[in-house]
Amino acid sequence: MLVEALALSAVLFTIGVIGVLTRRNAIIIFMCVELMLNAVNLSFVALSTLHGATGQVFVVFTMTVAAAEAAVGLAIIIAIFRHTQTVNLQNINILKG
Amino acid sequence: MMIPAMTPEGAHPLATTVARLVWLLPLLPLLGFLINGTLAMLGVAKVGPADPSAGHDEHAHAAHTGGHDDHAHHAPTRHKFAGIVSLIGPGVLIAAFGLAVACFLAMRGVEMEHPYIVTLYQWMPVGDLNLAATFQLDQLSMVMVLVVTGVGTLIHVFSVGYMQEDPGYPRYFAYLNLFIFFMLILVLGGNYPLLFVGWEGVGLCSYLLIGFWFSEKANADAGKKAFIVNRIGDFGFLVAMFLMFANLGALDFGNVAAKAAELPMGGVMATTICLFLFLGCAGKSAQIPLYVWLPDAMAGPTPVSALIHAATMVTAGVYLIARSATLFSMAPTAQLVVALVGGLTAFFAATIGLKQWDIKKVLAYSTVSQLGYMFVAVGVGAYVAGIFHLVTHAFFKALLFLGSGSVIYAMHAAYHATHKHDDAQDMRNMGGLRKFMPVTFYLMWIATLAIAGIPFFSGFFSKDEILGSVFARAHGSTLADASLLGVPGGTILMLIYGLGLASALMTAIYMTRMMLYTFHGPNRTGEAERPHLAEAPWIMTGPLVVLGALSLVGGWLNVPALLGAIGPVGVLDHWLEPVVGEAALRTTLGAAPHMTHETELMLVGVAIAIATAGIAFAVWRLKPAALVAKKDAVAPQGIDRILENKYFVDEGYDKGIVQPTLDVSRVVLWKGLDTGIIDGLFVNGSALLARAIGWMGSQLQTGQVGTYAWVLLIGVITLLGAFTFR
Amino acid sequence: MQVNQFHSLFYAFTFYFFGLVAIASAIAFVTRKSPVAAAVWLVLVMFSLAALYVMLDAQFIGAIQVLVYTGAIMVVFLFVIMLLNLGNPSELADARGKWGYLAALLIGLVMLAEVMALTRSNTIDRMIPPDLAAKAAAAAAAPLAGGVIGPIAAPLFNEYLLAFELTSVLLLAAIVGAVVLSKRRTNAR
Repeated sequence: MLVEALALSAVLFTIGVIGVLTRRNAIIIFMCVELMLNAVNLSFVALSTLHGATGQVFVVFTMTVAAAEAAVGLAIIIAIFRHTQTVNLQNINILKG
Repeated sequence: MMIPAMTPEGAHPLATTVARLVWLLPLLPLLGFLINGTLAMLGVAKVGPADPSAGHDEHAHAAHTGGHDDHAHHAPTRHKFAGIVSLIGPGVLIAAFGLAVACFLAMRGVEMEHPYIVTLYQWMPVGDLNLAATFQLDQLSMVMVLVVTGVGTLIHVFSVGYMQEDPGYPRYFAYLNLFIFFMLILVLGGNYPLLFVGWEGVGLCSYLLIGFWFSEKANADAGKKAFIVNRIGDFGFLVAMFLMFANLGALDFGNVAAKAAELPMGGVMATTICLFLFLGCAGKSAQIPLYVWLPDAMAGPTPVSALIHAATMVTAGVYLIARSATLFSMAPTAQLVVALVGGLTAFFAATIGLKQWDIKKVLAYSTVSQLGYMFVAVGVGAYVAGIFHLVTHAFFKALLFLGSGSVIYAMHAAYHATHKHDDAQDMRNMGGLRKFMPVTFYLMWIATLAIAGIPFFSGFFSKDEILGSVFARAHGSTLADASLLGVPGGTILMLIYGLGLASALMTAIYMTRMMLYTFHGPNRTGEAERPHLAEAPWIMTGPLVVLGALSLVGGWLNVPALLGAIGPVGVLDHWLEPVVGEAALRTTLGAAPHMTHETELMLVGVAIAIATAGIAFAVWRLKPAALVAKKDAVAPQGIDRILENKYFVDEGYDKGIVQPTLDVSRVVLWKGLDTGIIDGLFVNGSALLARAIGWMGSQLQTGQVGTYAWVLLIGVITLLGAFTFR
Repeated sequence: MQVNQFHSLFYAFTFYFFGLVAIASAIAFVTRKSPVAAAVWLVLVMFSLAALYVMLDAQFIGAIQVLVYTGAIMVVFLFVIMLLNLGNPSELADARGKWGYLAALLIGLVMLAEVMALTRSNTIDRMIPPDLAAKAAAAAAAPLAGGVIGPIAAPLFNEYLLAFELTSVLLLAAIVGAVVLSKRRTNAR
């Protein structure tokens, strides 16, 4: 099951990557990032069956950080929305050089 | 710097005499240069329509210009610093000459086995080369110093009169003093590089003085031509120095001579070094093929022509070969080349001189021809004869040039008074001047007889000695044993003797022609100008008299044994023997060249006959009365045309060398390389490259997070790929 | 920790079932036009993953996956979508073009291939510690101390105490940041 779990984790991660590359909506991109994080969590847990509980401890940390990141990230998106009235990433290009 | 076989400096007998001040000799004219140069710069500074250099050789007009300011580009008054410059310019020369005489007297009072070497400072202590700036005072350099300072003084004094109205008066004397400085460095230098410094310096001063009136393009071009042609020779000199250092390991005269004597006789290295040295001499002393600058150099003021292009600078090549006597004596093939080129040059230039109309050009080609004689002499190893002719030539050629300067001065005064613009230097506009300038007339006849080789004038002794040396060495010397391109040396020497005789004949002819057309016959200057033709002031005629006296008695410097009844025999021979004697003996296979009394008498007789025949022929065939003024002259035909146009050598050089060089420079180097590759490819190209890369970089900065995500993931894949395919 | 014997057919079937559900939901999530629909599909992915966690003997993780991830994080997402009124699908349709999709698909497939290559079974085999069987037997013999939570809690408060405290600081920073960033400015506009 370990190999299948790792394969599944890879596939989910890839789907997340495709989502990040393809979508323009900031919130959906953010959710794709969460999907990637979940895939990695699955990897951690799968490998913890081999190496002991350390993997699960890391998953705890990952989730905590994901929560914090989601909070702050969404706050940023709110702030940007208030400023530009859009979450379409293609229109937010003030840094264009 | 170790000088083997030379006594240490402190022990030289001259070290306690006035000769220890030898370093002062070049310093005095340098001082003059600095002072005159400063005065020149403090004076008129602008160059333009009313510029200080805008005069022509028809420059020195009489002091009374009346009230009319006719030539707008002449400044009719003297330069404001003229007084001081007139004192300092010739003054430092007189002081230098006095010191030279003192050194000479000191030298006569001691026994000089070795040269007196004064070390000034360590110049190039680099690795194997430990070169010091040294002055070498020996018999040879003493002769040269006396000639340079003596004749130089006379010419400085002459210039005070000749250039008195010139707006560039201080500049002229500054350059002239600088020239004497460099010339003294040349003759006093104790090693080849220091000699080369002087060599280059006199080339520079020649350029500055030829182009003295540079606002006329022809004068500036003449200066450039002189400098560039000289440069070609300098390349040869440099290569010779490199070879010397690489093979002989030394560059000072003593060591080079010592090491050269150890080389195999007639070896390749000695021959190569000598040939390259001769290339330098050909440039500086105007031999074939690098003589073309000397006639053009007549664009400079006449005293400059007298000093630089007759008496001193052009003789530097002869001096160099005499200095390198030991080296040359080890390479008979090179000696044959030197002598042959000298002989051919003498002949070639004499033919051109037969048909020149400008009085200074006649003298210029005559100088080239006489230099050829000197190279014949040093080429066959008769160094004393060569130096002897150098000295006598300095006397009578300077006299001829200064005399022609007086003539031109008078012609200019005449034309200036009548506002005509004819050529004041063309002999067709002269004629019959003996009535108007008798002193100059007689003095120039003395010089003409000297150069033609009439007995008991100075030129007779020196020219005869040269021809005799050639004849003697044709029958018993290393040269006769050697061969050039398969032709045995003896044959070549006899050929050179023949060329020498032919040149002597032509010399007599063209010099007499010059005198006839200038001083005899009817006057062609014009009715209006005739009243204004007059003798030059005494400040100009005085030096002429001195030179005339020297041309008369100069021959007693080296009376041959044949004519021992008239004076001390071989004074110069004995004087120079410690310096060049050994090398000369090597060429003549150890014994002094010996000819039977009968042979010698025959040679002398032939020479006298030729000289008189030439003069007689000229007097008989050339009718000054038949000449017309220049403006009415018809164009020459046939051989006349070829000679008058100097065999079209200049045109040939122009078409064959100058134009192709210019074309290559313009098309390949300028347009192709400079504009195209360096400007276009490197400069503009690199700017373009920077812009392109910058543009590519800026395309990545879209400011959109999506783009950055793409780039990020491509990077991740690359990294993973590195791990996967490891 | 007990090492389950993963050879039961039921176990395998359940594993594959939840796996496929996860993948299908993920693909559905990525291709939705509406953010609300996407969020809901993501929730389904997370539920499947929670089930997988439980099957992989990480029951605690499975529980907090549901509690924290789906219950808190996704809810926050939905709140924000609702607050900003971004739920309407028509304005948010992607117009990236088919080449963009193909390129993204290509990148994804390449990455998948590389990751798969890196997770070959021999790599896995090399990762297996040599004393695994002994450890498994010892673990199976000894009863669990502290139940399921014990093996997680013990390292968390012992070895990783520093990381734990730092995480709390991180949460504090996140809270403060979130509040500051989303405050409405009332005075200076």
